Amino acid sequence: MADIKTEQLTGKIKVPKINESAATEDRANRAREEQNVLLGFPPSKPDNWQEIALNKMGELLTKYKSLKLFLDVCVKCGACTDKCHYFLGTGDPNNMPVARQELMRKVYRKHFTTAGKLFPGLSRAEELTEDVMDEWWNYYHQCSQCRRCSVFCPFGIDTAEISMAAREIMNSVGMGQKYSNEVLGKVVTVGNNLGIEKPALQNSLEFLEDDVKEETGTDVKFPLDQKNAEVLLIAPSADFFSSPHIEGLIGYGKVFHEAGVSWTMSSYASEFANFGMFIGNYDLMKKVAIRIRDAAEELNVKRIVVGECGHAWRVAYSFWNTLIGPFDFLDPEHRSPAHICEFTLDLIQRDALKIDKSYNDDLVVTFHDSCNVARGSRMGNSPGGQFEIPRELIKSVCRNFVDMDEETIREVTYCCGAGGGLLTDELMDLRVKGAMPRAQALHEVMERNGVNTMAMICAICKAQFTKVLPEYGVDMSVVASVHQLVSNAIVLGGKKGV
Amino acid sequence: MAIELNGVTYETDEDGYLIQLDLWNEEVAVALANNENIKLTDAHWEVINFLRDYYDEYNVAPMIRILTKAIGKKFGQEKGNTKYLYELYPGGPSKQACKIAGLPKPTGCV
Repeated sequence: MADIKTEQLTGKIKVPKINESAATEDRANRAREEQNVLLGFPPSKPDNWQEIALNKMGELLTKYKSLKLFLDVCVKCGACTDKCHYFLGTGDPNNMPVARQELMRKVYRKHFTTAGKLFPGLSRAEELTEDVMDEWWNYYHQCSQCRRCSVFCPFGIDTAEISMAAREIMNSVGMGQKYSNEVLGKVVTVGNNLGIEKPALQNSLEFLEDDVKEETGTDVKFPLDQKNAEVLLIAPSADFFSSPHIEGLIGYGKVFHEAGVSWTMSSYASEFANFGMFIGNYDLMKKVAIRIRDAAEELNVKRIVVGECGHAWRVAYSFWNTLIGPFDFLDPEHRSPAHICEFTLDLIQRDALKIDKSYNDDLVVTFHDSCNVARGSRMGNSPGGQFEIPRELIKSVCRNFVDMDEETIREVTYCCGAGGGLLTDELMDLRVKGAMPRAQALHEVMERNGVNTMAMICAICKAQFTKVLPEYGVDMSVVASVHQLVSNAIVLGGKKGV
Repeated sequence: MAIELNGVTYETDEDGYLIQLDLWNEEVAVALANNENIKLTDAHWEVINFLRDYYDEYNVAPMIRILTKAIGKKFGQEKGNTKYLYELYPGGPSKQACKIAGLPKPTGCV
């Protein structure tokens, strides 16, 4: 860690000089054989891997018309070149989105277009060789699938979708990524990314009840597997483990308590995160998500509310209905899934919670838009709700709120640097460098406005920033859950609730 | 990767975690800590022992808040916080301490 060279914080995001091969050493670890097999992938690369990979690519090109379109329509205009945080952080030209796409595009041309088959030299077409596969491994595991580049592409080419397809193809030939596949293995066997079994989960939640009671004198419950509760709350499992994630979970608990809404979590579906999306595997995405539907039916709840997790919100908002819906067994009066931010803001706006903002008076807060929420979903019932609802919620519990530079937030927000399955130690150099744009924008408001808290609604962002911001000299205590701010300001016993 | 101690080889994975957790002993912990440039004090051992006891019972590392509370009880309120644990284990009280304590690496968004 100590020898990672970080850019000095000036508040400005500069486009770096090209530094060929700067990130070739940033390589994700390969999954072990048994980790691949557990997910239904080959244990390792078979002899005829090229044939299998090309068949898989052909299958994906037919199944996802968007993928074919994205590979066809690029005109090399260059609009995307300086839009990726990993390029800005490393200067490696393969981290320009167009170059990242090109790694697959050249293979596509060679094997799937007439021009490429007949005149490979003229059309920059290339065989899928070991070397090309090695480049794929490197640079498709240096894409956090944040989709910032697609906002600037005049054709809307989505590099995330190309990187998901690349990972799906690599998994089909036993080239799984350890971090993502290990996590997925735990969800499909134990029920959550961390591998927390029911007794441990129960113990953790009971501990929280005691802890909150000790701190506040109030019996806030964190119920598990309570049949017939009104709400099933699905949180990312990091909320049961890390800080400042846990503080967010405490916030959810206080909100339900004060609102008087009965709720439960599930030991069977104890994970909101869904890494199936990161590796582009629809079947696994479904296998992970269906646990939530099954738990909702089993527990006979009326609504599903979900916690602070970025990519999972994209999965829930944009994919659940086709993946595991329809949710016709739930109460049609309420939107399901509802984000905990819209749930809480609605209560506050209806005056169902008593809030004392002065508890947050020592904080000057900014909000980091998480990429999958910003660019992969919406929230509430109006366009832009995914930007406005979290901000409105923060402002309803804090007096001091400042936005960062508008070129770094909302739809054009910068990724934290470790989304998309890259939150793993062997990629620390890349993670630190990829956080540079956000660190610069944060630095600016810290200097100018005295910001001391950056709130967010994504478990990955929280884990990434607490780890990498100290490398820039920014204390990890700036990182906060949005519901941690709610938790600070909510007056227990103050209202009758709904 | 591996650690050699008194003629015994202890295999570790690419992140430096013991592969066969049941081979862990205090000497291995010292060696693992050396790899991380950490000199184990009583406070470090308190964390290690707590983690191992919890893992024995629950098959997983405890949530960070459970750990900080336990350390606070033992060494005083002012040490029952994440900041103090990071002073002991700069690589993170969950990942680095788990490694030295012979627990598997915590996975997920942590």
